[in-house]
Amino acid sequence: MEAIVIEKIILITVILLLSLVIAMYMTLAERKFAGFLQDRLGPNRTGPFGILQPLADGVKLFTKEEIIPANANKMLFILGPSLAMFTACIGSAVIPWGHDLVIGGRTIPLQVADINVGVLYIFGVVSLGVYGVMIGGWASNNKYSLLGAIRAASQNISYEIAMGLSIIALLMVTGTLSMRGIAVGQAGNLYGWGPSGMAWNVFYQPLGFLIYLICMFAEANRTPFDLPECESELVAGYHTEHSSMKLGFYLFAEYINMFIASAVVATLYFGGYNFPGQDAIVGSVSPFLYTLIGVAALFLKISFFLFFFIWIRWTIPRFRYDQLMKLGWNILIPLSIANIVITGIVMFMAGKV
Amino acid sequence: MESLSNRKKVLEQKPMTFMERMYLPAIFQGLSITIKHFFRKKPTIQYPEQKREFSQNFRGIHSLKRDEDGRERCTACGLCALSCPAEAITMTAAERKPGEEGLYREEKYAAVYEINMLRCIFCGFCEEACPKEAIYLDGDIAPANFERDTFIYGKDRLLEPIHNKVQNS
Repeated sequence: MEAIVIEKIILITVILLLSLVIAMYMTLAERKFAGFLQDRLGPNRTGPFGILQPLADGVKLFTKEEIIPANANKMLFILGPSLAMFTACIGSAVIPWGHDLVIGGRTIPLQVADINVGVLYIFGVVSLGVYGVMIGGWASNNKYSLLGAIRAASQNISYEIAMGLSIIALLMVTGTLSMRGIAVGQAGNLYGWGPSGMAWNVFYQPLGFLIYLICMFAEANRTPFDLPECESELVAGYHTEHSSMKLGFYLFAEYINMFIASAVVATLYFGGYNFPGQDAIVGSVSPFLYTLIGVAALFLKISFFLFFFIWIRWTIPRFRYDQLMKLGWNILIPLSIANIVITGIVMFMAGKV
Repeated sequence: MESLSNRKKVLEQKPMTFMERMYLPAIFQGLSITIKHFFRKKPTIQYPEQKREFSQNFRGIHSLKRDEDGRERCTACGLCALSCPAEAITMTAAERKPGEEGLYREEKYAAVYEINMLRCIFCGFCEEACPKEAIYLDGDIAPANFERDTFIYGKDRLLEPIHNKVQNS
């Protein structure tokens, strides 16, 4: 009983630190890649390749003056960014990070909590995330912040429906709601041939993946769906009045959300920690190394999606608000319902039901 | 109605095809364009370490020239100050004493010669006005500073260093 508590605490600490460090360096990567995509070099003055830039930004944010507007609701004003940060951090609890780790005869699952409704947990946490934005925006007693908060709320509600419906089709294929179960289910080979570890759900659910991907961008408030913080219309949206580290928390929460969203999409659709040809080497390498390769494979997929977030951001301009709503309600929801029907028919024809 | 010039063209807006309405092909096209820029060579010049070459007729900070014997060419005639549209140049003339022939070429020289780099517009009129070929704008860009006083360049900073040849002899 003692050992399991200790190993869980270590695992939670490592994951939390990892997501914080990744979020920290995502701010640099974002600016660096933005530079590259626009034929610039990006920040390169702080240390080699600018790797100390996140530290400099952090110091800057911490030492800035903290302003709470006179007519703001002080408690909620502080609660907003805290809630955004909190919900961003707890999402990582159900993600399986790798095969079971075996150290000294003990089997340690690389997952904080293998709950049997892991996907629903993720959904719950993601929809809680909008409260941080809403409360912070409303509490600052500013028209633009309120508009940004309202936009965030309506956008998240609209896209959550399509996201949930696209996941239903996935669940029909996998037959489980547990994140671990979904990851294990992708360990086989694709359509009965090829190397093992390639039975990724994206090949069984291409349309569902596309819908999920679009909704993922909307849920993370990233371009082309970053209407809650669009500076040309709303100054800075919900965090207009927030200064110093409260603003830093909002920005940080966005990057942690991106990391978690990438991890979720990699687990749900891209095989998680499974890598091609894993059955061939399972006996020949040590179990520790085998687990390590799995974790590396997962992080490779995550970093691809993180890059994809940035790539999309500097390619596609922001949607207009009516276009956003039209895309969500008129296109994505009917499409995901059609996807469920098609999945059902195909599964019935293939004799999987 | 017939248009006067007969050059009017009616723009026909065709309804978008299904592929265009799907929006995704356009997104992939855009992504491929941006990723091409990702790997492209960056035209940035990293300024303090790496400098762009000045053009032939670039006008930078002034320098007061010496002749081939290392004597100051300037004779403090004041034509540069007169021609200066920004009134950036001031000078005080002094008479050359016996024994100073190695320092100043003419009998009269500038004891104080100051250019205010905040006033100067680097037009090069002083260079053109000078009858003695004593001033040239062949230096670098005037560096930034925090104090206004430091932008007034005296002879200590304007005067060309004495040639090595002269120092040796």
